[in-house]
Amino acid sequence: MSNDELLLIAGMAIVTFLIRYSFFALGDKVHFPPLVKRALRYVPVAVLTAITVPMVLLPDGQHWHLDWRNAWLLGAVVSGLIAWRYQHLLSAIGGGMAVFFIARWLLA
Amino acid sequence: MLNLSIPSYPDYRTELWHGARDSLPMLVGSAPFALIFGTLAASSGLSAMATLAMSLFVYAGSSQFIAISLLAGGAGLAVIVVTTFVVNLRHALYSATFLPYVAGLAQRWRIPLAFWLTDETFAVVQHRYGAADASPHKHWYYLGSCLAMYSNWLIWTLVGGLLGHAVPGLDQMGLEFAMAATFTGIVVPVLKNRPMVAAALAAAVVALAARELPYKLGLMLAALAGVLVGLWLESREEGAK
Repeated sequence: MSNDELLLIAGMAIVTFLIRYSFFALGDKVHFPPLVKRALRYVPVAVLTAITVPMVLLPDGQHWHLDWRNAWLLGAVVSGLIAWRYQHLLSAIGGGMAVFFIARWLLA
Repeated sequence: MLNLSIPSYPDYRTELWHGARDSLPMLVGSAPFALIFGTLAASSGLSAMATLAMSLFVYAGSSQFIAISLLAGGAGLAVIVVTTFVVNLRHALYSATFLPYVAGLAQRWRIPLAFWLTDETFAVVQHRYGAADASPHKHWYYLGSCLAMYSNWLIWTLVGGLLGHAVPGLDQMGLEFAMAATFTGIVVPVLKNRPMVAAALAAAVVALAARELPYKLGLMLAALAGVLVGLWLESREEGAK
């Protein structure tokens, strides 16, 4: 490994760790005000939706694919329906993946 | 010996195992990324050791991809480090979200759990922390997810680096869909009231509108929009009561 590579990896590793550790470092010394606590409850839904929706509606990252021949969309809708109806995560994942792979195979 | 254990909670080993087990779709979904990272890194000019070291010490998929594409384009060290910072900024939100749960843990727990905090582990573990039971071993669940995701990432980086381009088409198989299915399955049951639904919709719209922005800035904007819309509706509904 060259010196440049060493510096690059060290730099990336340090900034990434400091971001991830930022709040953990504070431990019980910090108490979030109630407004911040309320705000944080929306983080998982907001972030996970923001990651998933573009993945599903633009599977190649560039073109909208808003029709029933989009296996990503079909699979995600089925996962969502199962999760909504049965509140069972593994069934939602399994059902969605089954539909996704069948749809890809049929539409190929 | 007196047995004072509380039978209603799973013990720490069960939590550890469940954390790894529940990360399975994420393992399947991220394996192709690690494999492709391993294969692409060689063509960007990164040595085999440095490729593995990046997965070992940085352990942040999207920034690793961006780093090798910037390297291939001849970008300097400072540019890559600053870009890594911006791309990984969303992890601060995860760190803040988990703080109430890890605040009581010793630093020897908090340091590794912070190092291993990825999108995938955040998704799986926040689901567990949100569960109604008051198990005192939920950090073992977190650790189980971390260990599974980390070893998976290292193994597939190594395989990718070794095989080079010998496994064509793995990126075409659509294994990444496992992640989309998991995130969908986690989000949908939480959409129980109007502020949550509105937060999700706002995040989706902003993520789509801002998807062309570089360095995942669109993701940060979308998260911010979702949180603000959720809070705003929540306070309006409080006021209406």
